Amino acid sequence: MIRFLARRVGTMLLTALCLTFIVFFLTNMDARLETLAKTQGSVRMTDAEVQSWIVRNGYDRPILVRYGEWLGVVPGWTREEADGTLRGRCVDHAAVPAEAARFCGVLQGYWGYSTRFNDPVGKVIATRLGATGWLMLWVMIVMVPSALAVGVLAGMREGSRTDRTLSTGAIVTTATPEYVSGVVFIALFASSTVGLSPLLREWGLLDAPVLFQGNARSAIDRITFWNFTLPVMTIALYGMGYIARMTRASMTEVMTQQYIRTARLKGASFASIVLKHALRNALIAPFTVIMLQFPWLLNGVVIVEVLFSYPGFGWTLVEAAGNNDIELLLACAVVAVAVVLTTQLISDVGYVWLNPRIRIS
Amino acid sequence: MEVLGWGGILARMAVQFTPVWVAMVAVVAVSIPFRRRLGLYGKLFDSPVGMVGFAIVLFWLFTALFADLIATHDPLAQVSRMRNVVPGTPLPNPDGRYEYYLLGGDSLARDVFSRMVMGAREVLKIAPAATLFAFMIGITLGLPAGYFGGRLDSALTFVANLVLAFPVILLFYLLVTPEIIETGIPMYMAAVLFLMPIVFLTVLFNARYFMQPVKRALYIGTVLVIGLWAYAGLAFNADPLGVWGMSPNLLNVFVAVVFVNAPTVFRIVRGLTLDIQSRDYVAAAQTRGESPAYVMLWEILPNARGPLIVDFCLRIGYTTILLGTLGFFGLGVSPESPDWGSTINDGRRLLTAFPHAALVPAFALMSLVLGLNLLADGLREESLRD
Repeated sequence: MIRFLARRVGTMLLTALCLTFIVFFLTNMDARLETLAKTQGSVRMTDAEVQSWIVRNGYDRPILVRYGEWLGVVPGWTREEADGTLRGRCVDHAAVPAEAARFCGVLQGYWGYSTRFNDPVGKVIATRLGATGWLMLWVMIVMVPSALAVGVLAGMREGSRTDRTLSTGAIVTTATPEYVSGVVFIALFASSTVGLSPLLREWGLLDAPVLFQGNARSAIDRITFWNFTLPVMTIALYGMGYIARMTRASMTEVMTQQYIRTARLKGASFASIVLKHALRNALIAPFTVIMLQFPWLLNGVVIVEVLFSYPGFGWTLVEAAGNNDIELLLACAVVAVAVVLTTQLISDVGYVWLNPRIRIS
Repeated sequence: MEVLGWGGILARMAVQFTPVWVAMVAVVAVSIPFRRRLGLYGKLFDSPVGMVGFAIVLFWLFTALFADLIATHDPLAQVSRMRNVVPGTPLPNPDGRYEYYLLGGDSLARDVFSRMVMGAREVLKIAPAATLFAFMIGITLGLPAGYFGGRLDSALTFVANLVLAFPVILLFYLLVTPEIIETGIPMYMAAVLFLMPIVFLTVLFNARYFMQPVKRALYIGTVLVIGLWAYAGLAFNADPLGVWGMSPNLLNVFVAVVFVNAPTVFRIVRGLTLDIQSRDYVAAAQTRGESPAYVMLWEILPNARGPLIVDFCLRIGYTTILLGTLGFFGLGVSPESPDWGSTINDGRRLLTAFPHAALVPAFALMSLVLGLNLLADGLREESLRD
């Protein structure tokens, strides 16, 4: 088990290293640096000015060296300007420039400085991740129990009318990407002129102008049922269908097992068969699926946060990518990769833990 | 003239779609009498779910094909005083144009219905072809990885997992941009990726007709001539006859979508190969002294076709969603493009006031993906039956 874990962690680190280098390479191409220079300086900069901006801010050195600086294995660049001020990667944002450390990179816990938000990357990422954490939490609270319930209800009597209805519903939700369901939800619930809100107001059932809010920016300060329902529902819906279908498949398989027949022959009630004998075994497979669903949720989070303008991690990623904010983008990539790889690891380990018949050799 | 009611709109839309109805009836009428001889495709007509899915997919397929006949207006033409109008609004002065905006006008006074119809063509031009390429690449790499195992397997699996660990949207933001096109990276990627199908087909025929030099020369010659001709046109935009070609933008989107899809296909094929490899007929072929290429392509691959066909349908749907995502973030498409993702994105700005401009393409996209999912479900059910 220890060897297995060590090997997995090693692969994870190697993967993260490769991925960050690819992101680093793609964001540090000449054309991108020019764009960055123009967004940081002014749009009307001449080519010579762009060049001098790139040199002045240390983007002109070999890419491997700069990647090393970002990692923290190569000392950060420093230079004395004509007017005597000291400039450099580690110096620029240090409290006392003269006492700045020689190495400043990820290994030292320094994630760089965001050119888009004018703030240390670590701080930006931490606050945004916190915001997304709340979103994810509510998505999980809504999605997992309802998906499991739908799957178990559909799977306990295969081929019944309940099964058909629920399965078709699950297929429909997997066919509805977030940007479709989000748009439909906003038109249906969050518009004061069309959809349900004007109807409900006419009947006197609704005091507010709209049933739910189509903009979740206010949820940063305070999460309410009113402003958080639509984003949560939009993400949960897409993931729900898939988990429900997996649960159904696993449940139908369990229901044909010998021990279920034994329980039935011994006269146990249907409810007790489902709850006591089938459920636990049927939930092993969906556990892996739920874990592997996290990377997909990450995608959904990006779309939903942009659609509902909720400034969380996904929104930050899009902002960073749109403005070529190199260090912020790298940090986003690291976080995303860490999420993907950790959930994979948890799903593997958890699978073994839940199912004692499988041993890692 | 007055604004049409929903009954009038639906009736007029049904009339516009006449070529589609005719073609769909023709396909079903030809297929049903012969369905017992048509294999898996014929069995589809026994499953209600599969039939519904197949009908939806056929509908969009023919809509894309006959888009010019169905569309009532030029998808890019702007008509004055038709900005954000509700569905069924008549044109102020038609002058021989179609009299109504059947599904209303968008924020630039263009016809939503025509844009939706033309959008089907945009989507179906890329999604199936990109999925096919992803499958060819996944199969070409997945079969040897599963069959030989060892170092090759570890290396390929590592690369596949690397791509899969990338958040798709970040990858798109990095890969689908004008700056990337300038550096030529999409072209190099296309040069590698598009070579795979040619390798696949060449090895396929070479393994089969190894002992029949005439046939072998004929098939491989055909593959190489057509393949390399298309390769020159598609990857380098250097087709001397000008038949094959992709605009740099389209190539960029195409390569990115193939690149995202191929690793998943690779994993599926690798898993299936590992499973089928231990069967008796594989051992029999190995004992006969068949080459590894023959065993992989003519013994293992045909027996893995069931799950692969099902996944192919699902994956076209997934690719459609990915293309929509690209359009939604405004990546890699021209701002005028009628494809569904970017029309949804354009429409969402005025969503609370004039929802029709975003809802129409949204439902179009959803129904196509739903059709493909149902089709895959029907196929899975029928292929498991025997």
